[in-house]
Amino acid sequence: MQALTPTAAAIELREIEKSFGTVHAVRGVSLRIEKGAITGIVGENGAGKSTLMSILYGLYRADAGEIRVDGRPVAMASSREALGHGIGMVHQHFMLVDTFTVLENLVLGAEGGPLLAGGLEAARAELARLAREYGLSVDPDARIADLSVGEQQRVEILKVLFRGARILILDEPSAVLTPQETDRLFGVLASLRERGVTVVLITHKLREIVAVTDHVCVMRRGRVVAERRTADTNVEELAELMVGRKVRLDLDKIPPRLGEVLLRAEHLSLVDGRGVRRLDDVGIELRAGEIVGIAGVSGNGQSELLQVLSGIRAPDGGRLTVCGRVIDADHPGDPAEMRDLGVAHVPEDRLRQGMVAAFEASETSILGYQGRAPFTSYYLLDGPAVVAHCADLMERYDVRPRLPTLGSSLFSGGNQQKLVLAREIARQPRVLLVGQPTRGVDIGAIEFIRRELVKARDAGCAVLVVSVELEEILSLSDRILVMFAGRIVGEVEPGETNEPALGLLMAGAAAA
Amino acid sequence: MDEALTFFLLTLASMARVATPLVLCAMGGLFAEKSGIVDIGLEGKMLMAAFFAAASAAVTGSAWAGVGAAILAAVALAVLHGLACITYRGNQVVSGVAINILAAGLTVVLGTAWFARGGQTPPLTGSQRLPSLFLPNAGDNILVYAALLSVPLTWWIVERTRFGLRLRAVGEMPFAVDAAGISVAWLRYRAMLICGLFAGLAGAYLSIGQNAGFSRDMTAGQGFIALAAIIFGKWRPLPTFGACLIFGLLDAMAIRLQGVRVPGLGEVPVQLILAMPYLLAVFLLAGFIGRAVAPKASGVPYVKEH
Ligand SMILES: Nc1ncnc2c1ncn2[C@@H]1O[C@H](COP(=O)(O)OP(=O)(O)OP(=O)(O)O)[C@@H](O)[C@H]1O
Ligand SMILES: [Mg+2]
Repeated sequence: MQALTPTAAAIELREIEKSFGTVHAVRGVSLRIEKGAITGIVGENGAGKSTLMSILYGLYRADAGEIRVDGRPVAMASSREALGHGIGMVHQHFMLVDTFTVLENLVLGAEGGPLLAGGLEAARAELARLAREYGLSVDPDARIADLSVGEQQRVEILKVLFRGARILILDEPSAVLTPQETDRLFGVLASLRERGVTVVLITHKLREIVAVTDHVCVMRRGRVVAERRTADTNVEELAELMVGRKVRLDLDKIPPRLGEVLLRAEHLSLVDGRGVRRLDDVGIELRAGEIVGIAGVSGNGQSELLQVLSGIRAPDGGRLTVCGRVIDADHPGDPAEMRDLGVAHVPEDRLRQGMVAAFEASETSILGYQGRAPFTSYYLLDGPAVVAHCADLMERYDVRPRLPTLGSSLFSGGNQQKLVLAREIARQPRVLLVGQPTRGVDIGAIEFIRRELVKARDAGCAVLVVSVELEEILSLSDRILVMFAGRIVGEVEPGETNEPALGLLMAGAAAA
Repeated sequence: MDEALTFFLLTLASMARVATPLVLCAMGGLFAEKSGIVDIGLEGKMLMAAFFAAASAAVTGSAWAGVGAAILAAVALAVLHGLACITYRGNQVVSGVAINILAAGLTVVLGTAWFARGGQTPPLTGSQRLPSLFLPNAGDNILVYAALLSVPLTWWIVERTRFGLRLRAVGEMPFAVDAAGISVAWLRYRAMLICGLFAGLAGAYLSIGQNAGFSRDMTAGQGFIALAAIIFGKWRPLPTFGACLIFGLLDAMAIRLQGVRVPGLGEVPVQLILAMPYLLAVFLLAGFIGRAVAPKASGVPYVKEH
């Protein structure tokens, strides 16, 4: 490991400060990023990781402090300048033009001349070279909208490399990837390092940190609280450094006390706009007092299942019985009605389905329940009651910063997730449908959210969890259903299986 | 038989006349729309251009001075519009409507003050108007050909140039453009400048090409029809051009059919034909003719958090 011998710093940050209004996001951060190594950055939700990287990439301007690239101080006033210094960033939310082809996205901003033709051809050749060298293959003529999330991310990385970046920043790259895609990504990162590229990796998955980084830096509340060589640390220590206390992810669950069947799906089927069958003869029974986990490689019908169960889409065939109400193709339900029946839904895509980005946090905290007491009386919203409700949720679910009037989109990713979860769980629903409960949240919050889900179950709620994290499914569920190609291909008890066995089922191997 | 041929040719000629300002205006609007700015103000820009074209042609005696003044006037309004909705991130539609009101009022006020003819400019003759180029007295002045050329030119710029690529990107995903280190505001301003240029030509055509002088509200909603044509053409130059021709034809027919009794139908209600462009656009937007996909960031001011 030549990277561990002290080498020149690719980047040095000195006493960086950044505030947004009253939120002091980054407080005097000093950090050295070694050349040709992979540096991991971990920290709680809202610790300031994304902000710090946005400063480094010229998207935000630091209020104070100095950035040095290869030893020389630079102003970093714009992302163009950052690119000029060889710094490229893959954002938490992709910066791709959906209607463009891969090639067009690649050349945007680096077209190589006022006319496109020449630049596009040169880019095609360069793309082929990069694909060969780093194992980053994508079809140059495919439209972004038609690509999977993993492929889109590859395009983002290619974009950065295409511009000749020698320093690559990735903000939670694996949050949206399947385990297979994640493995592939890390293969790419390793080959980048081999060729001397410096990588900065933000992630909440400590196992990834331990697996791929050379150095790790821990942030908390806007400060760097620890720096370690990865070889000298472990998951437990990092977790403790991050949240300031010991974290226990293993749950002590009492055996489930099963009640009546609250949700029953029979022979559900769904065909999407392109004629592809997304759900195929799906049957599920969900009882009060149990947690049922749905495992599967993403894109095998889990998202559609959640949409049907929560009333967002009507099934094309089969029927769904929820707390006595029957829903089928001829009698579609809608999300509001489902909510009235006591079904709460935490959608997988919190940004688009869980909240309205332009709303204040307090408004997000009642979305879907806005018509009920105590938020509304005589057709008028009761502002103070809404804000008080939001403040209460923020306190109980540790949403930071505790500012009910801050715009929803200005919260860090993990805090948005906590807010949406808080809204749904706090209503004490009879049925709780949760998609990717801990996507993008820090390890302390993972512990907390899982406990809350178990608490809801013990209180008699029927919980359905969809997650691509096997470890999560295994530790939460009382029963596990495996989905593949729109079908339920197996049911297993968590005590009688393990990750490799589940992985095989998820890949479509016949149920044992 | 002969009569039918004459009717056909005359209709064709008046279609070209009506379609020319629509095409110019729509191509201008296309640049604005592609960059993510809904340009309700096309109407006002064209009207202002028409007024200044006629006014300066009347004063200087040169049609070319008229064209120059028209472009300047429309570009000035485009910059004003840009200032409101790009720099100050105002609502694009509201500022566009404001542009229209401003133009409608200012042209009349200035016209009355300068020429004292109730808002009209003096009738233009000879070199004050744009001459026909090839066909004597057919009204095929240079702007008719400019309109024809503007279509492939727009297509080429949008599809084949660096500027076009960035333009399309900024209308779909300004964040990607910003992240690539390109200025969102400057791109949108350039789109607005081009839009002003085209709207200026359209206005000049109205007052010193097609007509011999400016009269109040002479654009009569053509800016809006140009917008409808853009929607109808799904934000692509060639189909938009086709839509302009169809709308031009409808308009020409409305003029031709005025008072004509069609056997079996009675007198054709001209209003119905005049309303056709709007009706078609509404139908299209309602999804009857296929999905129209506007640039995704259309109408949204770009706000970067600092
Ligand atoms: N534009 C903004 N306006 C106001 N506050 C902001 C803005 N951007 C970030 N913040 C605040 O700054 C703090 C740091 O946010 P940041 O996104 O850097 O966190 P993070 O460490 O990336 O968290 P996560 O792991 O959840 O993504 C948060 O409290 C966030 O609410
Ligand atoms: Mg973040």
